[in-house]
Amino acid sequence: MGNGTSIGRVRGLGSAHSGAHHWLSIRYTAVGSLVLTVWFGVSLLMLPTFNYAAVREWLALPVPATALALFVLVNIWHGRLGIQVVVEDYVHEEGAKFGSLLALNLISFAAAAFGLFCVVRLALGGA
Amino acid sequence: MAQSAGTRKRPLSPHLQIWRWGPGMVSSILHRVTGVGSTVGIFVLLWWLGALASGPAAYQTFATVATSPIGILVLVGVSWSVIAHTVTGIRHFVLDIGAGYELGANKLWANVCTAAGIVLTAVFWAALLLR
Repeated sequence: MGNGTSIGRVRGLGSAHSGAHHWLSIRYTAVGSLVLTVWFGVSLLMLPTFNYAAVREWLALPVPATALALFVLVNIWHGRLGIQVVVEDYVHEEGAKFGSLLALNLISFAAAAFGLFCVVRLALGGA
Repeated sequence: MAQSAGTRKRPLSPHLQIWRWGPGMVSSILHRVTGVGSTVGIFVLLWWLGALASGPAAYQTFATVATSPIGILVLVGVSWSVIAHTVTGIRHFVLDIGAGYELGANKLWANVCTAAGIVLTAVFWAALLLR
């Protein structure tokens, strides 16, 4: 690889495998979301009732609490990546785009922190 | 002052009103719409978790709103969003590996996915209500 111009060296080598990072991240989080969403849906169907005591009892168990924490995280992550694509497709004015993506990041982190806090509190028996 | 490329009036390529709608287009735009719907649904989930973590009184407030007519409508909409987005998402995985682009197969599976989103949502609610 020592010879020729820089363009000559990269020609034919294919992707740099970093430009596709966002695209790949959506796929990775989608797989996690798929598994956990099926778990969540089946779990809801298997709960005998949705009253306060029954749901609290379910979420005090270690495995459901862990799965729910992951469910919250992966879906916020996947949603954040997806909304970014939508913003980039439809918001063309630079300032508005910057503001939208800024708000998206702040809301995503706030939502994730709040969701995790609630799951931990439920699992450790507060409230 | 020159306008930026984003705000200058530029010619547009033929748009929504020009193309004849096909199954692939329906499935594709539904994937985006239900993706946004599912993301909005995260906030319903967070409210539910927040209410649970806050105690019985807050949970009762959530339950009252969630079982009101508008609440039911939102929950059905969110569940359809999540289920339909999951189904069309699996379609995208298939398309990602380069399969399913033949006209007949593409049309068929796009229609199957759109229908499956609605059918599976109905099945989910039936299972939920008949427990």
